[in-house]
Amino acid sequence: MTDTPDTNATPHSKHGASLLELTPRTKRRNAAERRFRMYGMAAIASGLIMLVILVVNIFGAGMGAFQQTFMTLDVELLEAKLDKKGNRDIADIKKVSTFGYAPLLANAFETLVAKDGIETDLSPKKMGKLLSKGAAAQMRNYVIKNPDEIGKTVTFKFLTNSRVDGYMKGRVTRDSIANDKSISVTQLDLVDQLVAAGAIKKRVNLDFILGSDASDQRPEAAGMGVSMVGSLFMMLVVLALALPIGVAASIYLEEFAPKNWITDVIEVNISNLAAVPSIVFGILGLSVFINYMHLPMSAPLVGGLVLTLMTLPTIIISTRASLKSVPPSIRDAALGVGASKMQAVFHHVLPLAAPGILTGTIIGLAQALGETAPLLLIGMVGFIASNPPDSIAAGLMSPNSAMPAQIYEWAKRADPAFYERAWGGIIILLVFLITMNTVAVILRRRFERRW
Amino acid sequence: MNDMTLVGKNVDTRNIKISARAVQVYYGDTHAIKDVDVDIESNTVTAFIGPSGCGKSTFLRCLNRMNDTIDICRVEGQITLDGEDIYDPKVDPVQLRAKVGMVFQKPNPFPKSIYDNIAYGPRIHGLARNKAELDEIVEKSLRRGAIWDEVKDRLDAPGTGLSGGQQQRLCIARAIATEPEVLLMDEPCSALDPIATAQVEELIDELRQSYSVVIVTHSMQQAARVSQKTAFFHLGNLVEFGETGQIFTNPEDPRTESYITGRIG
Ligand SMILES: Nc1ncnc2c1ncn2[C@@H]1O[C@H](COP(=O)(O)OP(=O)(O)OP(=O)(O)O)[C@@H](O)[C@H]1O
Ligand SMILES: [Mg+2]
Repeated sequence: MTDTPDTNATPHSKHGASLLELTPRTKRRNAAERRFRMYGMAAIASGLIMLVILVVNIFGAGMGAFQQTFMTLDVELLEAKLDKKGNRDIADIKKVSTFGYAPLLANAFETLVAKDGIETDLSPKKMGKLLSKGAAAQMRNYVIKNPDEIGKTVTFKFLTNSRVDGYMKGRVTRDSIANDKSISVTQLDLVDQLVAAGAIKKRVNLDFILGSDASDQRPEAAGMGVSMVGSLFMMLVVLALALPIGVAASIYLEEFAPKNWITDVIEVNISNLAAVPSIVFGILGLSVFINYMHLPMSAPLVGGLVLTLMTLPTIIISTRASLKSVPPSIRDAALGVGASKMQAVFHHVLPLAAPGILTGTIIGLAQALGETAPLLLIGMVGFIASNPPDSIAAGLMSPNSAMPAQIYEWAKRADPAFYERAWGGIIILLVFLITMNTVAVILRRRFERRW
Repeated sequence: MNDMTLVGKNVDTRNIKISARAVQVYYGDTHAIKDVDVDIESNTVTAFIGPSGCGKSTFLRCLNRMNDTIDICRVEGQITLDGEDIYDPKVDPVQLRAKVGMVFQKPNPFPKSIYDNIAYGPRIHGLARNKAELDEIVEKSLRRGAIWDEVKDRLDAPGTGLSGGQQQRLCIARAIATEPEVLLMDEPCSALDPIATAQVEELIDELRQSYSVVIVTHSMQQAARVSQKTAFFHLGNLVEFGETGQIFTNPEDPRTESYITGRIG
């Protein structure tokens, strides 16, 4: 692309030539520059196209997870079934298992069908199968909380079964369920009528963002919330450990340490560490933190420690790079007026390096947030935490999952309804990453704008 | 104080602020300063002249141990300030640099406000008891640095936003704000116009009343104008050192003469 001096061409006299005419040499150079610009634009365009494809794909596949099909149903909480003695004794009410609630659902469906004049050959029990398997538990929890409601008719908003949800979202069709035992064409016909009657509707489902994961049989109830909390606690551990350790190590290495073979070896090995596959850190965490130190399996604390190991090199390398980029004349200036080395570093060098350190830290955190492989080995994948932790200690020590591990887990499950949730989870994860990066950019601007 | 070796050249040893004996400086294998003996007197301006790369800055940086920050740099010999060896292991270079201030060859203001640039030194040395005193120090220093009129309305503006010559005067003001006993100036006027140069020269003359000043300069006229003593360096050697008048009118060494008259350099 670059022009080599063309010795055969007749030398163009610089004197006397018109400025308005381009010499062949200038033309060649301009053409080369135009070509290079074209390559550059083509490269950016192809990158953008891929990004757009990716985003369209992710959102196309994942947005569905943020909506869920619900059914409103008036259920009569029969005293005869729920509280035979009629004394509203909580202990007695709790004795009624979810099986005891199933007939209530069947009754409710019977009433609904009769009221709206819906025609179907299905037995009320089969009709109840349209709802999520968690419907009975939902009623039971409600009754235990509000025992006074027994005997009254209460309107519940139940999640429908994932097949019905899939039918509403177009994923499940009458053809595709030919071999599906959990739903039949007659049931779908009923769904159509219930939709017409306004009982079944798609709604925004905040539980996907805030709720906990659910078992294999209830994809409709699975949510990211608890694993999000797991990720949050891991990030807190990473931030609390990796940032101070990383920054202190970098400052020492860059500003104070003598330059000898020991520091050279350390420097080389930090770069090496940055290139170590994350799964290696996972197995290290397993053997050191869990097998040797006996920290609990699947705990965000352990996950955070492993991710700290993984993030440290990133933070150290970026911090050192930004310390290096501070001109030495600033250090000289500070030392020249009688500042100590530490004053020079903390008063002058560090503030100038802060934007770089910040960016490196946030990039390291974002990397850690999206990391899955090491979590596999310390048992944070496939674990279903049903409730968010109730204290900080529990958040750190009690078993939990993490966002990417949760996504991996969903993608792995057989039911196609989980597939949608995996994509939805990816959207949430991306939102987090983009937010973090935006924060990094904003903070950096803030810092830089001062001068 | 009563170093016998000093007797002879100067009868009154109390006048000698800094004394360098047999100073060698190496950058790795490069021998940058070769066996230099110099006495810097109090209340005197000493000029270092010599062709580019002869080691003027290197030697200057030895006097406040700024060379410590260069890993490959090694200093041998003895340099004393008021009779105390500044390379003694017990000496903290931080305390030394508070006494021996420096203006660098390239202007290097802090990327902070003009006010903070000046106030930084007094702050870390605890020279001001309160804000008013600090304000006073800042104003006085900026006035002495011949830049007050230009910046008095924008003390909060960044020092890095000034022009090159203004930055250099800011750096001079910053150096004198900490009230050093010796001020080392490495080509302080190389980026200044004649007016600012005259102001800085005036300042140097004024500083001489209370401090000793060492100035590196490429301008023979400036050396002749401001200094009482002149040292001529050539290829790391101190070729000649003596009264400025004598060096410029009647140099002993032919190399000094050819440099002053413009034949080497
Ligand atoms: N940091 C350094 N590392 C290695 N060599 C250096 C370093 N600084 C200076 N030198 C070498 O030491 C010698 C003297 O340099 P010095 O900066 O003292 O010259 P100078 O007299 O100040 O020149 P100028 O008038 O151009 O500023 C030069 O040969 C230079 O290459
Ligand atoms: Mg120099």
